[in-house]
Amino acid sequence: MAEAQNSPTLESARAGGPLPVGSTTAGSIAVAAESTVATRMSAPPSFDVTDFPVPHGREEEWRFTPLERLRGLHDGTAVATGEGVKVDVQAPEGVTVETVGRDDARLGKAGTPVDRVAAQAYSAFEKAGVVTVPKETVLTEPIRIAVHGEGGVAFGHQVIELGAFAEAVVVIDHTGDAVLAGNVEYILGDGAKLTVVSVQDWDEKAVHVAQHNALVGRDASFRSVVVTFGGDVVRLHPRVSYAGTGGEAELFGLYFTDAGQHQEHRLLVDHNTPHCKSNVAYKGALQGDDAHAVWIGDVLIEAKAEGTDTYEMNRNLVLTDGARVDSVPNLEIETGEIVGAGHASATGRFDDEQLFYLMARGIPEHEARRLVVRGFFAELVQQIGVADIEERLIAKIEEELEASVA
Amino acid sequence: MATLEIRDLHVTVEADNSTKEILKGVDLTVKQGETHAIMGPNGSGKSTLAYSLAGHPKYTITGGTVTLDGEDVLEMSVDERARAGLFLAMQYPVEVPGVSVSNFLRTSATAIRGEAPKLRTWVKEVKEAMERLNMDPSFAERNVNEGFSGGEKKRHEILQLELLKPKVAILDETDSGLDVDALRVVSEGVNRVRETGEVGTLLITHYTRILRYIKPDHVHVFSAGRIVESGGAELADKLEEEGYEGYTKGGASE
Repeated sequence: MAEAQNSPTLESARAGGPLPVGSTTAGSIAVAAESTVATRMSAPPSFDVTDFPVPHGREEEWRFTPLERLRGLHDGTAVATGEGVKVDVQAPEGVTVETVGRDDARLGKAGTPVDRVAAQAYSAFEKAGVVTVPKETVLTEPIRIAVHGEGGVAFGHQVIELGAFAEAVVVIDHTGDAVLAGNVEYILGDGAKLTVVSVQDWDEKAVHVAQHNALVGRDASFRSVVVTFGGDVVRLHPRVSYAGTGGEAELFGLYFTDAGQHQEHRLLVDHNTPHCKSNVAYKGALQGDDAHAVWIGDVLIEAKAEGTDTYEMNRNLVLTDGARVDSVPNLEIETGEIVGAGHASATGRFDDEQLFYLMARGIPEHEARRLVVRGFFAELVQQIGVADIEERLIAKIEEELEASVA
Repeated sequence: MATLEIRDLHVTVEADNSTKEILKGVDLTVKQGETHAIMGPNGSGKSTLAYSLAGHPKYTITGGTVTLDGEDVLEMSVDERARAGLFLAMQYPVEVPGVSVSNFLRTSATAIRGEAPKLRTWVKEVKEAMERLNMDPSFAERNVNEGFSGGEKKRHEILQLELLKPKVAILDETDSGLDVDALRVVSEGVNRVRETGEVGTLLITHYTRILRYIKPDHVHVFSAGRIVESGGAELADKLEEEGYEGYTKGGASE
């Protein structure tokens, strides 16, 4: 297994000495005078789609994405069809579920679109969903948001806001067939705890591009679990920033990329506030011709973010020939006054020797593959902390494997 | 009584766009309860014999037969051979990331035995087998062979041997890279299995050192892809004194 691991120490960052740099991936750690995370985007963040040029595919933020398969989301030719997707929200008592117009003051607070498709979604949606958990409300049942594609084109916007010390689990399920671009905002009040599970279980033709912005309040905990199985192209952009000290963010991801699928997860944790934590762990398995997974993990520790503690990790397991992984961790450090910062990226193959070893112990081939993949994901699944979600994910992984054996 | 019969086995391997014959007519019969040592210099084809019997896809059988109790082993897939009762302790056990030793052992035992072992007795069985091999209990939670030392890898192989109870065990240079203490522990494990009288053992080694711990009934000298001399344990003593030179000098033909 090729491996690049880095745990830059405070000392090396301070001393300005040679920093350990990722070797086998494109990973880098930079002590930057000027943010490269910001400057390598082709335009500054904006809510207005006209502020972004139509991408041609060579831009840093688009170079891995097959633009020709975005069905016009990137160049303005995709037009909402009215019955694009159906959204159904099931919320326990005490939660407010609203549909609001574009001028609602609660929209756009957690972050600004950073690329053309996110800005297109923001410029084109007609109604937004707002789910509010009042302060100090602790939910015992999850809020379930079912997004079902009806075969059309849609632009969406969803806000999930937790008041101070509220606690909630939100499960967002994406199924069916759609061309969907959207923005999702998570706003956590002080001391709030939010777990969001976003499952992309689309039919095989679906195209889904979305930016997720989380704004984590003082001493609040945000946990995001992104699970991508389906779709033709899925490109998600989970981003976190902090509104106060003591915030924690855990970003977990799991993807299973099959033949012909493009699944791209681009993360940014912006440590813009002192004494916050972040932990990113994404794992993916790939199988089949032209299965393509992209993982971009950007962590920015701003000069003012003293006391930051961050780690990001991406692991990929390539099960067959013909699959491709691009894994790019970037850690950008503007202050040495931190608790810790590190990243790791590794892409390994399930190879013939492993298969031989397991089979030489009597284990049939399909069972051997299942053992390896289940083991690979298990560690991550166990960290989710929502029992029925964990079971469902394991079952879904099994299903993917069954499909591959057939 | 289980019997492994190898008759006139010829095996080739693809290397650098050419086909090379490694085994050139191997004849050997291993019966349950017997221990055969196969000794030979590097490159003589010993490991090729081991891996060919286990069914590694790298090797092509071009002639001969291998049967286990009359069943055609060469027709079986790798996992079928294992379930039929063949076991190969590998010289270089493979790392399997993400799969814990305990999960691996149980999956393997389930496959070999045809049903899942009862959890309570199984846990005890594994624990005791590990204790006998001086393996720390934490070992069970580590990923298969990942980060194992050379000695740990070999002990893990013998642990599987003890748990899977094959009819015929092929030990491919299990002694290589072991210090004396580890060699003793590993040899004791092999001997425990041998003492049951239910396993035929094919001990492949370059050195005579392991034969001080595991007494073979038969010793075969392997050179240039075939067995060139067979005898009893005394043949090992001769090799100890004289080395392989008498067999390789002029004896080998390419």
